[in-house]
Amino acid sequence: MVKIHERKFVSVDPDKCVGCQTCEYACSFTKEKAFNPVKSRIRVVRQNQLVNMAVTCRLCEEPACVAACPRDALTQSDETGIIMIDKDKCNGCGWCIEACDYGAMMLHPETKTVYSCDLCKDNPKGPQCVQWCPEEALTLVTSDTLAQKARISAIRKLFQEKKSPA
Amino acid sequence: MLGYAGKVLYVDLSSGKTRTEKLSEETAKKYIGGIGLGMQLWLANSKAGVDAFSPENPLVLALGPVSGTMFPTGGNGHAFISKSPATGGVGEAVSHGTFGAELKRAGYDAVIMSGKSDRPVYLWIDDDSVQLLDAAQLVGKSPSETEDAIKDELGDYYVRVASIGLAGEKLSKIACILNEKTRAAGRTGLGAVMGSKNLKAIAVRGTRDIVPAQPEPFMEMVKEFHERMKGPATQKYRTLGTVENVLINNTLNCMPSNNYANARFENAEKVSGEALNERYVSKIIACSSCPMRCEHEAVVREGQYKGTMARMEYETLWAMGPYTGVDHLDAIIKAAELCTYYGLDAQSAGVTVGFVMDCHEKGILTHDDLGGIDAHFGNAEAMLKLIELMGKREGIGNILADGVKAAAEKIGKGSDKLAQHIKGLEVTGYDLRCLKTAALAFAVSFRGADHNRTSAYAVDMKGKVDRLKAEKGRGKIVKDLEDTYALIDSLIVCKNSRGAFYKELPEMAKLYGLVTGYNISPEELATAAERISTLAKLINVREGLSRKDDTLPWKVMNEPIPDDGPVKGALVTQDELDLMLDDYYQARGWTLEGVPTTDKLKELGMDEFSNIVEAKQEA
Repeated sequence: MVKIHERKFVSVDPDKCVGCQTCEYACSFTKEKAFNPVKSRIRVVRQNQLVNMAVTCRLCEEPACVAACPRDALTQSDETGIIMIDKDKCNGCGWCIEACDYGAMMLHPETKTVYSCDLCKDNPKGPQCVQWCPEEALTLVTSDTLAQKARISAIRKLFQEKKSPA
Repeated sequence: MLGYAGKVLYVDLSSGKTRTEKLSEETAKKYIGGIGLGMQLWLANSKAGVDAFSPENPLVLALGPVSGTMFPTGGNGHAFISKSPATGGVGEAVSHGTFGAELKRAGYDAVIMSGKSDRPVYLWIDDDSVQLLDAAQLVGKSPSETEDAIKDELGDYYVRVASIGLAGEKLSKIACILNEKTRAAGRTGLGAVMGSKNLKAIAVRGTRDIVPAQPEPFMEMVKEFHERMKGPATQKYRTLGTVENVLINNTLNCMPSNNYANARFENAEKVSGEALNERYVSKIIACSSCPMRCEHEAVVREGQYKGTMARMEYETLWAMGPYTGVDHLDAIIKAAELCTYYGLDAQSAGVTVGFVMDCHEKGILTHDDLGGIDAHFGNAEAMLKLIELMGKREGIGNILADGVKAAAEKIGKGSDKLAQHIKGLEVTGYDLRCLKTAALAFAVSFRGADHNRTSAYAVDMKGKVDRLKAEKGRGKIVKDLEDTYALIDSLIVCKNSRGAFYKELPEMAKLYGLVTGYNISPEELATAAERISTLAKLINVREGLSRKDDTLPWKVMNEPIPDDGPVKGALVTQDELDLMLDDYYQARGWTLEGVPTTDKLKELGMDEFSNIVEAKQEA
C-alpha cells in the first residue's frame, strides 16, 4: 500500500497557467475521442484576466466523495489513490459532486454517471493534460515533492534578497 | 458534414421567431467559413443599398470549419459580418477567445440576426434552445459587466458572451462587439449594427462533441503545430507582444505621430513595448486551444490611474499614445480600459482624438467648441476626457462618436484634410507615405484603412521591395497577401500564428481536409481564397463603392514626411496611386474601374453574382 505522500496527482501552478484549455481538449480527446470541455476531467477557471487555474482531482486522503456515496459506488485505489467508480452502482445522484471541495467530480452528460481524473492510468505516458500543457503549468507530483519545491524556492528567494544591495 | 456543424440559425428580432436551415455543402466548400461564409450569407439575405441601421440589414455571426477543435488558435475564432455603418461597404471583424468554440459546440456554423426588437434583448443560445431574453437591466452596462450579469442570471459560469457597450447602444459608428471582456471584433462599427437591433448581447452554451473527420492524423498535425507555435515563428507574440512594433516602426520612420504630422514619435522610448512589459504587464493569457498565448494584461500599480487594467496591443497603444502625442503609459492604459468599458474600437477612437487635437491646434475647433477641453497634442487628460465623451455621446463626443469622416463632414472648415481614414475607416499605425506596398493594400482593402487585410507593410519594412517606390508588381504582391488573409479569416485561424504555417496553402489545405474530410488541393484552396476576396469586392460594388473610394487619406497624398532622414519628403502622389491601382486590378483580372468581370466570376464559379457586375457595366 502506497502512503499518502507518495501518491502522485496533477498539480497546477497558477503563476504559469494561462487559461488556454489545452488540458481540457487533450483530456476529452483522450477519454472520449471528442473535443468537448464538458467531458474533461480537468477544468479551467478564469476568475479574471489575471487569475487562471486548472483544477482536477487531488486524490485526497479519506476522500469526501467516497464517504458521501450511499451506494458504495466509489472506492479509492490503495495503490494509486485514484477514485474508482463502479458505473453499475452509480445512479448519478450527485452527492459526491456536492461533497468534493474542488469540483473534481463530474456528471457525464450522456452516461449520467459520475467521472473523475484517473491519471490516464491506461496510458504508459501518463496524464495527457501534463503532456500537452504548453506552459508546463501541470506536473504529476507527490505532495512531498511540492513541499520540497516550495522550501527550495523560499530559501532561494530569501538569499537572493540578502545578496542584493539593501 | 464533418468539421462543419451543418446548421445555420436564423433569428428575427422583430417577431422573435427563430429557425434553422441546413448549411449547404456546396456553399461550405466554396466559401470555407468565417468571413467567406458570412459574406455569402449576408449577400443572400440582404438587398442592394440597404441602410446599415435598417432592420433589413442582417448581422451575421460565422465560424470556420476548424472552430471548436483543438487546432492551435483555430478552435477559438468567430467573425461578425454586416454592412458597415462607417464605410457603407462590407463590414467584418474577427475576434478570438472561447466564444466561437462554444457556439460550434452548440451546433451552429452561423447565426443570422435580422429585424429589430422593440425592447432591449439578449440572445440566449443553449444548444438547441434559442430564446430572446429581456435586457432592460443590462442597458448602459459595459461588456464586462454585461457578461457577469448574464452569467449570474443564467446561473452558469461557462456561458460565453459577446456584447456591446454604451457606444454600440448609442449607434456609434466606431463601436465594437466584445467577448470574454477583453477580446474585440473591433473594426467597421459592427457594435452599432447590433445596437440598432436593440440586441445587447449574445450568450452561448454548447455541449456537443466536436470530432474531426480524421482524428488521429489531425492530432498529429495539432502536435506539430503546438511545437511550432512554441518556437521562433511566434516568438514576438509570446514575449513582448505586438507592442514590440513601437520601437521597430519608430526606428524605421513609419509610425505616424500627432495625427500624421510626422512618421516618428520623439518620446517613443517612454511608450515602448519594452517599457510596457517591464513596468505594467502582469500576466499573459491565452485564448482557448492556443499554445502561443499573446494577450498581455497591463496593470497600473500606482499614481492617478492606480488599479487600471487593460489588454494592450500595438495598435491600441499607438493610437492612444504616439498618434495623440501622449507619452504616459498610465494614461494610455487608462484609455484602452475606457474603450473596452464603452465598447469603442480603440484604434478608431485614438485616431479620432488625434484628429480633434489637430483641429484644435489649427483653430478649426475652439476651446468653446470642445466644452473647455484643452485638446493639445500630448495632453493625456484631454485624450481621456474625449474618449469618455465619445463613449457617452455627450458634448463634442456626440459628433466624434461616428469617427473622423462623419465628424469632419459636420465640422467642415477644411477639417476633412485632417481626417485620416480610407472609405470611412480610421488609419492604423503604419505611415503609408513611406510604405508604398502598404499604401496600395490600404487603398484597395475592402473594409477601409486596415493592416489586417494583408501584411503588405512587412514587405516594405523588411526591404523585400523599395518601400519608397511605386511600381508595377506591387499589385500581384497585394493580391496574393489579400487572398491568404481572406483564407486565414475564413478557416478561422489566428493571424499571429501565420508564421507557423511553413507552407501556407498546402498546410491549410491539409488542415481543411483532416477536419472536414473534403480533400481539397492547395490550388483549389487558392481559388476559394480568391473567390472570398472577390466576394468582398462584389459587396462593395453592389453597395456603390468604386475606384474613387480606393484612395488614401489627404495627408498621405499631400503632406510629405517632414523629418530629416531616409524618408524625408515621402508621400504618395495620385499618379503613383493610379499606377499601382491599375496594376492591382489587372492582377485581379478586374476592369480598371475595379469591378470583377463576368469572365472572372465564371472562372471562379461565381456566376450567381453576375447580375451585380452587369448592373454596373450598364450604368
